Amino acid sequence: MKFSDQLEQRFATMVTHYPTKRSVLVPMLLYIQDELGAVTDEAIHEIAQRTELTDLEVRNVISYYSMLRTRPVGKYNLQVCTNVSCLLRGADDIFEHCKKKLGIGNKESTPDGLFHLEEVECIGACSWAPALMMNYEFHENLTPAKIDELIDGLKKKEEQ
Amino acid sequence: MAYLVSHPDEVKVVSKRFGMGATHLDRYLELDGYKAVQKAISMGADAIINEVKTSNLRGRGGAGFPTGLKWSFVPKQSAKPKYVLCNGDESEPGTCKDRLIFEHDPHAVIEGVMIAALAVGAKSGYIYLRGEYRYLLEIMEKAVADAYARGFIGKNIFGSGVDLDIFTHSGAGAYEVGEESALMESLEGKRGIPRIRPPFPAVVGLWGGPTVINNAETLASVPHIILGGGEWFANLGTPRNGGTRLFCMSGELERPGVYELPMGYNLKKMIYDVSGGMTKGKNLKGVVPGGSSVQILTPDEIDVAMDFDSMMKAGSMLGSGGVIVLDDQMCIVRFALRVTKFYQHESCGWCIPCREGTDWMKKTLTRFHAGGGVAKDIDNLKYLAENMLGRTFCPLGDAAAMPVISYIQKFRKEFEDHLDGKPCPYEKAAEAALVS
Repeated sequence: MKFSDQLEQRFATMVTHYPTKRSVLVPMLLYIQDELGAVTDEAIHEIAQRTELTDLEVRNVISYYSMLRTRPVGKYNLQVCTNVSCLLRGADDIFEHCKKKLGIGNKESTPDGLFHLEEVECIGACSWAPALMMNYEFHENLTPAKIDELIDGLKKKEEQ
Repeated sequence: MAYLVSHPDEVKVVSKRFGMGATHLDRYLELDGYKAVQKAISMGADAIINEVKTSNLRGRGGAGFPTGLKWSFVPKQSAKPKYVLCNGDESEPGTCKDRLIFEHDPHAVIEGVMIAALAVGAKSGYIYLRGEYRYLLEIMEKAVADAYARGFIGKNIFGSGVDLDIFTHSGAGAYEVGEESALMESLEGKRGIPRIRPPFPAVVGLWGGPTVINNAETLASVPHIILGGGEWFANLGTPRNGGTRLFCMSGELERPGVYELPMGYNLKKMIYDVSGGMTKGKNLKGVVPGGSSVQILTPDEIDVAMDFDSMMKAGSMLGSGGVIVLDDQMCIVRFALRVTKFYQHESCGWCIPCREGTDWMKKTLTRFHAGGGVAKDIDNLKYLAENMLGRTFCPLGDAAAMPVISYIQKFRKEFEDHLDGKPCPYEKAAEAALVS
């Protein structure tokens, strides 16, 4: 696999920041995933060679980190926090509402590949609970209406 | 992004520049930015460490270890390079304070890292942010680039003859990486498995070199200490607990938010005055005062000073500053289950007591809450938790065990009310309240 110019540049810069090559691994895997939607087999092989690791060693790292995945999910990844601060402010209802609205369950994607839904651990929005992340975007002080607005807005954006 | 709140009782030190546009370097300079590091250069390493010792600054990540003392453990001479590592892997449930620092005052973190590096003789500093904090990573990356562009970091900083590099680094989702030895593993490109100690990071840390690891809030406090003086900072708080703290108020409160209050501020006042009290129609059931891993306090236990030592005396911990307020419509078994589910999910599996203990606790609590509990489950849960305490490499095992033990000790009746196949009597109350 050939890295995009952006990834190539990232790698070239980051590799100078550390005394060992493999230190770039965790952030690089995330940047790769941001571009490809997942850390693909080809990407694993490429980064393994660049960091002088085996593919297996890279997979071993991937499996530890909850944000990293080897298969793509829906374009808009809704990650609903249900941990305690959100739980206290109705996160269960928020999560249920998302399920109903999208017609999918936890860790499922819609058939059109647009949305993915996931229950996640604390995202650091405790004082603004309940909250979710849409890809890297925080959405806080959620209500069912706000979720409808978010999802409908994204759908509309896709139709255009 | 994150909303700011304020209250007259606040003493703004770390949050002084919040909402003032200090992400822009010129604005930061107008607000006394990069003055502390220049003062630190003129002071020299020993004087910096002494000033921080005088300030009684203690680790804001949760453990509360005296920062100056931590720095003094780093050997002066070292064959291997020394490092400073800023822990911005904020993941303790209930905690959302470092986020505000990165968002509003990124240069203060850089300056803190610089001063720590000067104190211990490090030439490189790393600022590690959890993967979910991408927008904050971008803010930090820009701040670092701006500081390089002005020559504030890099070669010969402020004409001192010292070279100092600072880099940002993203995680990819892992609570355990917030523990310092796991954090180093992650930065080195590995699974975040804790290391056995000793040797401590101050002696053998990143890539085998002596390493100082501090929480972002701790480091952001340092420039203020250097400018204002250790004594001034110490006097803001209580004996042995210097300064202020960002308290993250969450739960069914009228005005939840992050407030900067002096160390030793009364917990009850924090809830009923600063945060506006409980949401209308809800009553206080308990308070988890320092992130989800600490012991719960009952309503009659909260008239207490919020500093490390007072909280310890009260039978809990100040922890990460995440004050989680439980209302009477929250079932304690349900709460215990959610907390346990989290630690079970985050346990790396390296230490058997934690890996197996969290799993059994989760299984038991799941069955128990669903009405399938038997009386001896309650003691079994406590027994499981007690046997995890102190038996793991990193504190994740303790973090999973301590809260559950406290829930059973303080709310045993609520557990017993779930026995004999009865449906959860507490959530029913919650549902009834929703309908009415």
